[in-house]
This record gives sequence, structure tokens and C-alpha cells, in this order.
Amino acid sequence: MAKIKDFKKISETIWEIPRSYKEGMRVPARIYASRGLLEEMDAGVIEQVTNVATLPGIINHAFCMPDGHWGYGFPIGGVAGMDVDTGVISPGGIGFDVNCGMRLVLTNLTFGEVRPHLRTLVDRLFARVPAGVGGAGFVKISQNEFRHAVEQGARWCIKNGYGWEEDLERTEEHGCIVGADASKISSKAVERGFKQIGTLGSGNHYLEIQVAKPENVLDAEIARAFGITMPEQVVIMFHCGSRGFGHQVATDYLQSFLKVTERKYGIKILDRELACAPFRSPEGQDYFAAMKCAINMSFVNRQVILHRIREVFSEVFHKDPADLGLHQVYDVAHNTAKVEKHVVGGEVRQVLVHRKGATRAFGPGHPELPEIYKHTGQPVILGGSMETGSYVLAGVAGGAQTFFSTAHGSGRTMSRAQAKKRFQGKKLQQDMEERGIYVRTASYAGLAEEAGPAYKSIDDVVTATEEAGISKRVARLVPVGVVKG
Amino acid sequence: MPYRYREDVAIADVAFEAWGATIEEMFVAAADATLNAIVTDLNAIARVDRRTLEAAAEEVDMLLFQLLQELIFYKDAERLLLRVTEVTIEERPGHFLLSAQACGEELDPTRHDLIVDVKAVTLHRFKVEPAAGGEGWEAFVILDV
Repeated sequence: MAKIKDFKKISETIWEIPRSYKEGMRVPARIYASRGLLEEMDAGVIEQVTNVATLPGIINHAFCMPDGHWGYGFPIGGVAGMDVDTGVISPGGIGFDVNCGMRLVLTNLTFGEVRPHLRTLVDRLFARVPAGVGGAGFVKISQNEFRHAVEQGARWCIKNGYGWEEDLERTEEHGCIVGADASKISSKAVERGFKQIGTLGSGNHYLEIQVAKPENVLDAEIARAFGITMPEQVVIMFHCGSRGFGHQVATDYLQSFLKVTERKYGIKILDRELACAPFRSPEGQDYFAAMKCAINMSFVNRQVILHRIREVFSEVFHKDPADLGLHQVYDVAHNTAKVEKHVVGGEVRQVLVHRKGATRAFGPGHPELPEIYKHTGQPVILGGSMETGSYVLAGVAGGAQTFFSTAHGSGRTMSRAQAKKRFQGKKLQQDMEERGIYVRTASYAGLAEEAGPAYKSIDDVVTATEEAGISKRVARLVPVGVVKG
Repeated sequence: MPYRYREDVAIADVAFEAWGATIEEMFVAAADATLNAIVTDLNAIARVDRRTLEAAAEEVDMLLFQLLQELIFYKDAERLLLRVTEVTIEERPGHFLLSAQACGEELDPTRHDLIVDVKAVTLHRFKVEPAAGGEGWEAFVILDV
């Protein structure tokens, strides 16, 4: 494994691995991290980010964000921009859980108002938003209708009464990425996912009720623009993805890419999980159109969950969701590849940006941002561990260096097995309750795996992104109620 | 148990090694390892529903990939937890065929202590090969969870 001395220090938070590190690297790799975070990173990150640097068409650098850890193909936290004409698209640069992402929702309630109802809220959310293995959602539609839904994304939800028109402009791609083509998805993918709309899944997926304490609001002006305006304001954050549908789309295309990567296109890869095809090839375009359906499924999933959250709060407080201020701040995607315009070598070029466990973070004035966030930069929702807290950040102009990408969470530092040995789910639940965090879980073993110490310090991760100039801290949010998959 | 989870690899996911005296036995062990990542006690799964799983691939290792992927598919599509009981592999010119018998039941959180949802079989470091000592077969698999 590379040691600190092998890295070229670009700044206190940017470390470069030169092309000479591994045969076949077309560009250097850059890891964004403080020295401490870099020393904590596992061997997999170095192996994988340097493998990514060998892919055809990669521009500037293969990046890894401060929350980076061992993944498959790309590291988690991996970002790579590919030239759209000479570059490749790889399912291993996106992940199986396509558009796994985060949504942040406001309330106009203070923690004092919510506290007496906290258990009821969490219990009802746990009942209404199925979590864990094999959960089925309440939206009952045919396989054919599901195909329409994944082409239309969150727009399909609004048409069917699961949300507000304003939710769309507060979602990446307005909740519907253009070019999703359901003729490119397998019947197997549809069978696997069509009953799962409105479900959380498991692992690191969660739904939390959180509080923005006044001392944790770090940029009051941007926080106000994001809707965090009062002391002890309660917000809701959740994390989930495209469920079995997205996993199957990725699996289908991983297998078909394996047959063409080297044999048809002569591309040598250092890890079969990096199976890829030229972006402009028929295989590349088919996968791109199918993967977009998975991106949309994830928007549909989170939109329906938002609808359930509004129902639950409305029932408990006997008020209309609008009167409770249940507005969405934003919805961000983690695992995607998108064609975006970026400045490369002084010229504006189209770049296919792979983000795997990384968040898009456009700076102020970016043309893709909705009017409400034009002056602030894009809201970036960063989930920490269930014990410690999460953040909302904002995109900054300096993000151009990473194709406007930043971290996506705190990043694991302890294996799931180690966490299960060290923590006991039921005991952890009791301990957290004593500390004022009420938890419902679909799996005590799963809960133990998600214990706070299994993750890096979220504060260190966000500080590193700010010091590196790729995003800016706005507010830290602490959990008081947790639904865990 | 003819499988072992590896804690030092792919920390956010589940990595395992599986062994068998024959390649077919090793496939059965790998199927159990995959299911055991989802459910604590495999003996709690009643043998009620039966399915025949099939796969075809040019390379024998991709048969294992497809078999494990089938178990994950049924877990989502029919909420079935399936244990593989028997595997048959045939070599044909230019490709391999697999047929497997599997049985199990619909998942029931009140009886099955569920751990984590397995999303996919990854190909990162994926390996199916004759065992190092020359006897039997072994596999290395990382599951995305």
C-alpha cells in the first residue's frame, strides 16, 4: 500500500499519487483528505482509485473524497470525469445502488414542540416506511405502470398525488433525468423492483428526525436560504436508493460489459468490476439509458417516502402538511454518471462524471441550480452516523477542481463484522435512548453494524471538504429519532 | 461451516471464502454464505417452496456469480429465502451450464432474524478456482450490502 511519503502533497487536504505509481495510469489520482483521514484510509482506496486512473478517456485526475473507503471497482467516494467522445462508462463507477441519495425536509416545528410526540412519530414512520430486507411498499402498480414511472421519475409521483410541484425543482435533475428508456431494462429488473416503491432498504439507509441547534448553524445566511430559520428547528433527513430494480440494472449490464470490454473494444481493466464500454458505443448508450431509469426509480422512491412523512406529521399534529412547513430543501444523488458541462483546460466541455459515493455540489450561479439556490450554491446533504450527526453543506466555486463533487457521508472505518462483535444492537438502542435518540430498527444486528464508532468523524470529513475548497459547511444536524433499515 | 467471512476486506460490504470437495459442493457453500449474510440462522428457513435455478456462462466462475445473483433476485421479487441443496454443472463446447435445486420460504421478520439486505454480487476480487492444496475448490466473493 502507498505510504504518506509516496504521495505528492498538493495542499494540507489534497494528496496526489503520480502516474508512475502503477502501470497503465493515464492521469494521477488525487485523494481529498486531512493527513489524519488519509492515514485512516484502508488499502482498498489506494488500489481502487489508481485502477480508476487507468480507464480510457479519464480527464485531469481520478479523485477520492475524504469519506472514501474500500468499495468495488471505484472506491466509495470515487469521482472520475470522462471525455464523452473518447471515454468509457462503467457500472463499477456508479455502484449497484444507482442514485442512492439523500433528501432533507424542513418543518416549522421546534424540538420543544416535537419532543412530546417523538415516539409516536418514529413509530408511525417505522410502520409507514418499510425498512429492512424484502420490504414492500404501499404503492401497488402493474409492471407496465412501473416502466412508465421509471421513465418519468418524481414527475410520475406528483401526477399520482404523491407530492407537491415545488418538490421537483428542489431535486437534482428536477426528479427526472432526461433520456431514461425502459426498453433498455430487463423484465427481471422490473420484477425485482416494482413492489418496492416507498421502501428504505437496509444497511446504511435510514430516516431521521433531526434538530438544528443554534450553536450548530455555521452559516446563518445560507441556512436561512435553505429554510433553517429558527432555533431548535426540526428537520427530517433520509437516505435510500433504487432498491432491487437499480441493483438488477447494474448487475445485468456488468455482465454484458464483461463480454465486450476487452474482446470487442480492447480495453484492459485491472478489476473486472471496472468492466466498461466506450460511452458512445451501443452498449454504453444502452446502459446509460437503463441506468437513468434506475436514477428515476430512486427519485420516485424518495418522493413517495416524502409523501409518507407528510402524512405522518399531518396526522400526529392534526394540521395540513403545508401548515407544518414540510418543504423539501433538496434531494441529492450519490451513485450516478451524468453528462455535465465543465471547464477543462480553459474550454467548456461535455464531461461524463461518474460519482460513486460522492455528491454533486454546484457552486453559486451554476445554470443547473433552481432560482432559490442560485445565490447560495447547491444544498449538499451529508449523512453522518446515527449517533453523531449529519450536515447540510453548500456547493462553492472551488468545486470546479473535482467536477463540482464532494463527500457523501462520513465513511466507514470499521468492518461490519467488527462492529457486530463490539456492539450489541439492543444495548445500543437503549444507550441511544438514554442519550435522547429514539431508535426503531428492522434488525438489531444491522443496528450494531451502524454504530457511531464504525464511522469516521463526520466533522473531520466536512472540515476537509471545506479546507480543500469543494464545499462549505452550513449547519450540523443532530438526530433525535431514527428509523433504521 | 465450509465458508468464512473475511473482516479485513471491503469493510462496508460482506466478503467471504467458501470451500468444497467438488466445485458443486463449493457452490452450495457459497450460496449458504450469501444467505447467511442476510439471515442469522439458516435452520430457521423452512423448506416449503422449491425452485430450480439455472445459469449458463462461458466461464465457470460466472456460473457462481449468476447462481448467487438468482438467490438475491428471488429475495426481492418473491420475498423468498432460498437455500441451494444440489448443484449440477455440465461443460458444453464453449460454455458451462448450471442447474440447481433450491428450497425455502417467504421471509418472515418474526421468525427470521434478518441482518442486512444483500444488493448484489460484485466482481471485485471475485474468484473461483481449484483449492490451493490441490484438493477441492474454493471461491472468494464480495457482496454489496
